[in-house]
Amino acid sequence: MIEAELSRSVARWCKGATGVTGAAKLSGGASQETWRFDIVHPDGPIGAILRRSPKGYGAAPTRAAGLAAEAQLMQLAFEAGVPSPRVMHVLTAEENLGTGFIMQRVEGETIARKILRDDEFAAARPHLARQIGGVLAGLHRLPLDKLPELRRMTAAKEIGEFERDYRSLNWPKPVFELALRWLRDHDPGPSAEETLVHGDFRNGNLIIGADGVRAVLDWELAHLGDPMEDLGWVCVNSWRFGEIDKPVGGFGSREELFAGYEAAGRKVDPARVKFWEVMGTLRWGIMCGGMMQRFREGPDHSMERAMIGRRASETEIDLLRLLAPRGS
Amino acid sequence: MQDEPTPIELTKAVADFLRNDITPLISGHQAFKLRVAVNILDLVTRQLTQEEGSDAKEVERLRALLGMDGSVTELNRALADRIAKGEVDLATPGLAEHLWQTTMDKLAVDQPNYASYKRELSRNP
Repeated sequence: MIEAELSRSVARWCKGATGVTGAAKLSGGASQETWRFDIVHPDGPIGAILRRSPKGYGAAPTRAAGLAAEAQLMQLAFEAGVPSPRVMHVLTAEENLGTGFIMQRVEGETIARKILRDDEFAAARPHLARQIGGVLAGLHRLPLDKLPELRRMTAAKEIGEFERDYRSLNWPKPVFELALRWLRDHDPGPSAEETLVHGDFRNGNLIIGADGVRAVLDWELAHLGDPMEDLGWVCVNSWRFGEIDKPVGGFGSREELFAGYEAAGRKVDPARVKFWEVMGTLRWGIMCGGMMQRFREGPDHSMERAMIGRRASETEIDLLRLLAPRGS
Repeated sequence: MQDEPTPIELTKAVADFLRNDITPLISGHQAFKLRVAVNILDLVTRQLTQEEGSDAKEVERLRALLGMDGSVTELNRALADRIAKGEVDLATPGLAEHLWQTTMDKLAVDQPNYASYKRELSRNP
């Protein structure tokens, strides 16, 4: 049972802790799991989250920064005042829990559709686009000399990787070809400024409460590159969940996002943001193709995965809306 | 020639049974999986209903656009190839209209409730 190992772990680094209760797996792929649990403490229970690769799954997929880097980034963000859970402990080999870390549990909602529809978030919603601008500005200002080692990405490299991924699917899609051409023709070149890029900053990876953004999650695709990438990705239509006239996660306008970003002292390049939105739309489309591939070849032969393959056409219509819009 | 009921009628009967008779009996994660299963059967029914007609029109457009003949897959491969090489682009007469029509036909099967699709459908000539 994972609770026995967690109990031994918390006793080593959490002063006064006498054990853990309520361990439950929240999500888990083959290589990475998220668990919630409570640390039993004389001052009252402490909500915690474990993120780990179980033993034998040490190697991270090529694009992922790795759990150690993720822990370091979240802690840096927390210290800089970017909404982020506090990292309480990085796992060591003798704890027998695999590799990963334990962080403070932040209460709130991550399910995008609930955040967009439920009354609980009605007061927060109109402010979220602007607030997200401020959060991204803080994130892009994290000091480069304190960051863990991360892969460096440029638009040209990214286009090259997408093209390779897409061709490996052997899935002729004229709209994707058109997007690849457009991206090559409009590549703005390397950004004058290289910063930390979160890489998956979107509605669904944010913990939102009645008071707004409480934490930024899922740092596994963090890298160094063009900060405008994060602003483009958060606007991809797939993360608007039906609220298509509110580009920023279904919450609000680009203008509000940009205003929040600039109010925090950083500059926006709207042309680059648009470029990255096209890139992001294609990226999700190719990922849908990857899901289809994994469904076909196993080991995940689930109906859900199969159906994600049938969502690639959503990104095709969104690419056409971006690149070949019809009259309004 | 195969006998009837047709595949469309059969998948529809199964989907209706799962939706109306089984859904009320199931909860939790299994209910979520059941919803996915019903969605799949609905998608298959839509495809069986629409594919023949939309593919035939797609082939017709592709033949005109490319000046060659072939199956819908071969023609799509040829178009993808020409776009990749820069021989065909949005300035090519008929390309944008072809891609729009083809994509609308796909969404009609895949995700008819997708908001972008519904928006575009409302402005369709």
